[in-house]
Amino acid sequence: MTFINYAAREINCKIVYYGPGLGGKTTNIKYVYEKTNPNSKGKLISLATETDRTLFFDFLPLDLGEIRGFRTRFHLYTVPGQVFYDASRKLILKGVDGVVFVADSQAARMEANLESLRNLDLNLKEQGYDLRAVPYVLQLNKRDLPSALPMEEMKRQLVRKGEPVFEAVASKGTGVFETLKTIAKMVLLELRKGR
Amino acid sequence: MPGNDLVLHEEEFAKIREVISRLRTECNAKVVFLVDKNGQQIAATGELNSIDTTALASLAAGNVAATDSLARLIGEKEFSVLFHEGERDNLHISVVGGRVILVVIFDERSSLGLVRLRVKKGSTELGAILDIMLKKSAQPRKAAAGGSPFSEITDEDIDKLFSD
Repeated sequence: MTFINYAAREINCKIVYYGPGLGGKTTNIKYVYEKTNPNSKGKLISLATETDRTLFFDFLPLDLGEIRGFRTRFHLYTVPGQVFYDASRKLILKGVDGVVFVADSQAARMEANLESLRNLDLNLKEQGYDLRAVPYVLQLNKRDLPSALPMEEMKRQLVRKGEPVFEAVASKGTGVFETLKTIAKMVLLELRKGR
Repeated sequence: MPGNDLVLHEEEFAKIREVISRLRTECNAKVVFLVDKNGQQIAATGELNSIDTTALASLAAGNVAATDSLARLIGEKEFSVLFHEGERDNLHISVVGGRVILVVIFDERSSLGLVRLRVKKGSTELGAILDIMLKKSAQPRKAAAGGSPFSEITDEDIDKLFSD
């Protein structure tokens, strides 16, 4: 749900990074934070445990500049990926404008990817959204690992609706901005359509 | 998709600012601000220089969302007020009209009793303005804004955002 502020001439959109635990959601956002011009970003907030596992969410506000005289701001959120944090995940999906699913390419994590994807579908439905209608990008992360499944196999199991798919190594930044740009663009195109 | 985009026009923005500015004076508070339940800041007034208001908005919304869920877990509809007491500054958070969050930051120059009293009165006024805002948000955007600037966004406009 985009927030359009005519008084301040601002558009605010919310993008949520979803996916299984230890898949690289926080790593994506951290990389964006590190590589973004200081004028265009706010503080990176991480509500994490002492062992750096996301407890509630990570939050990064980005200012992309002006479009038709409106400052365009994106609020990036990650959810906690671990299965038992489901209540928190539901809260973070509220008011979402676009979703990035960060899948872990390791063969041993395919079941966790599938479970998280089912969970996303379910939690979106609970909020009244339909995964098929929400702007959505699939990122296949950790492509550099020797145990990574072939791209085609991952796509076969994870693609849901012909969404854009990106290969990534978030720890090195590969694919991170491509993913972000694509989802941001999809959200803005949705805004153009109006409702 | 559920609901509509939230649209804030200048008329309502001015009214909201007026109410929260008055509330700040009446409470003798440092900062008063209004956040959408999804974490978007709507308006703020007071000593804002030392505060990261974007982060504050997101965390206040997260706090309210988590507390709402806790309330439902124990069979309550909601906890309508949250209060955090610090050594110097205190945070009073309340939900207005079930939709937005009113945050008041105050120190020893004010008191919890005073803030609670004034917030109650201010919430009624804010609630009425929000109703109008939500009604307008639900209208087709063209009618509400005298033409939507977004229907004319081009691919080029979007590409420009990512040019660097």
